[in-house]
Amino acid sequence: MIGAILLQTLRIAVPYLFAASGGVLAERAGIVSLALEGFMLGGAFGATLGAYYGGSAWAGLAAGIAAGLLLGAIHALACVRFGANQIVAGVALNLMVVGLTRFFLRLAFGSSSNSPRVAGFGGEGSAGALATFANPLLWLGLAVMPVLAFVVMRTRFGLRVRAVGEKPEAAESLGVRVNGVRWLAVVTSGGLAALGGCWLALDQHQFTDQMTAGRGFIALAAVIFGRWEPVRAGVACLLFAFAEALQIQVQGTNAIPSQFVAMIPYVLTLVALAGLVGRSVPPAALGRSDG
Amino acid sequence: MDDGRRRMTGRRALDEAILPTLTALLVALVAGDLLILSYGQAPGAVWRLMLDGTWGNAYGIGQVLYKATTLTCTGLAVAVGLRAGLFNIGAESQLAAGGFCAAMMALLVPPAFGPIVAVPLCIVAAALGGAAVGFVPGLLRARFGAHEVIATIMLNFVVLALLNWVMASGGLAVPETLHTRATPHAAVPRLASVFDAFHGSAANFTIVVAVLLTLVIAWLLFRTRLGYELRAVGLQPAAAENGGIRVPRTWLVAMVLSGAIAGIGGTNFVLGYKTYYEDGFAGGAGFLGIAVTLVGRNHPLGVVLAALFFATLSQGGLAIHALVPKQMVEVLEGVVILAVATSGHRVRRLLRMRPRTGAPAAPVAAPVTPPATAGAASTTVRG
Repeated sequence: MIGAILLQTLRIAVPYLFAASGGVLAERAGIVSLALEGFMLGGAFGATLGAYYGGSAWAGLAAGIAAGLLLGAIHALACVRFGANQIVAGVALNLMVVGLTRFFLRLAFGSSSNSPRVAGFGGEGSAGALATFANPLLWLGLAVMPVLAFVVMRTRFGLRVRAVGEKPEAAESLGVRVNGVRWLAVVTSGGLAALGGCWLALDQHQFTDQMTAGRGFIALAAVIFGRWEPVRAGVACLLFAFAEALQIQVQGTNAIPSQFVAMIPYVLTLVALAGLVGRSVPPAALGRSDG
Repeated sequence: MDDGRRRMTGRRALDEAILPTLTALLVALVAGDLLILSYGQAPGAVWRLMLDGTWGNAYGIGQVLYKATTLTCTGLAVAVGLRAGLFNIGAESQLAAGGFCAAMMALLVPPAFGPIVAVPLCIVAAALGGAAVGFVPGLLRARFGAHEVIATIMLNFVVLALLNWVMASGGLAVPETLHTRATPHAAVPRLASVFDAFHGSAANFTIVVAVLLTLVIAWLLFRTRLGYELRAVGLQPAAAENGGIRVPRTWLVAMVLSGAIAGIGGTNFVLGYKTYYEDGFAGGAGFLGIAVTLVGRNHPLGVVLAALFFATLSQGGLAIHALVPKQMVEVLEGVVILAVATSGHRVRRLLRMRPRTGAPAAPVAAPVTPPATAGAASTTVRG
């Protein structure tokens, strides 16, 4: 029972970890990450197309990442190059990706709900422990937040990201190319979040319509709940995933309505926003398009 | 001189309103062409089908009007928030909560009272439901400084899950369905009951409520002290504060008002179309409200036009489904929003750079700020 819950927690947490790492990176650079959901969905669809036409999970992974980088570039083009309102751009991108995946699902597979079965990581019983631990994305997912913490807090690039997100004017006066750093951060965040989508598609061996089901927003909640710090955000992802895993295990008993478990990340984030459990203070220049 | 400047400002305002929209339409047209071609169809035929299926017959027009009614409400809701400098992403759940409360009120009011009593009560309930959902992020912002964008996003999920739970475990849903019991005694009549041509379409007299609401909001924003305070806070919160406006209180009022407007939008489905609440009826109309406001340049009348445009797209998607998947319009909606959001800034920058004969380049924006402060000072008396 405990083993099953922990395994389930890991499996649920991986997409959150990827998406939240993308969210931390972009938001620390000062660009609002409402598009995580779209990045993930695009990544999942790209992975499915890649696995279908390329015939292997690795081809799927490559295509999924490429889709995420492309969407990240569109987001960066709108927010960084053209100074669009980042919230509007994020909402628009999410809407567009839902439409695009549905449209091309019809075009490529003639279905409005799901793709055929494609190659993926893990065999038939992909929910089993062995298959899960054999999935390279699991290990990458567990490593991503510590690595990001190192990059953001200990490297030159990380210092620039933080400078650009807190005081773009100061960064600029020191010769940092503000927009260049933001471009890199947003495009990378697209690729990272797309990895979360890749996990979903390659684990389930298919794409289903809107298969990300709000996970991008849970990841965003984790970013805020984790106060924009990589490791804290990672812990928040694990916490949210644990609550879900617990709920799945007790589902039969009707102890807690599933809707209330589903609310946990959002309610916790609201509480954190209100400053009741340690204050969540966003990067100073977050959302400003004039930087 | 003064007159000349006004004409210039007017022309600029027109440029700013029209150029991004035209750019966006052009981009959407090209994107649509590409999607249509990728599906192996002829763009001309698909676009014509879209026009025929929307503005080409009374049923299509009725459907567009029906969809535009909800979108006008959610668009106005977002616009009111934006005027006060707040981005309300929560119109989706405010819309749902409004519809739910309207349906609950309809169940409470005895059928004997008839629609004359039931409908106004339901509309008030819808406004209160939406306002309650708007109150939370408003309070979080006013009291704790929590960012309303994140708060409203999170609250969307919480409210929709709560409604889902109440429906499932409160015994409200008719067995085997996701909707409440129908309440025909609280129905708003269809347009078809007066104009036969609309027969079969969902268009109903809630559209009158939406039109009145638009006028009231326009009056409120531009002709009342509250509207003035909202706009002052939205333009220059610090200046408004110095001028004696209680900024946090104005934020709270703006969010409550915004939620109430979105909530009223819920009556279009619940009272005018189905006469019951159904889980998930909002279906993205709240999020589309953001697009409506953006394209409508944040102005009540612009919102109505933009609502008609997005309603046409949405209904047009159904019309072209035989040739091209209707999801094409979802892509186009996203493309239009992205294009307006990016070109708005771009166009403004271009206009600022373009030398104009007889008028200096900068001062157009300048007069906006001083009156906000100067006028605000006169309201200090209020205490």
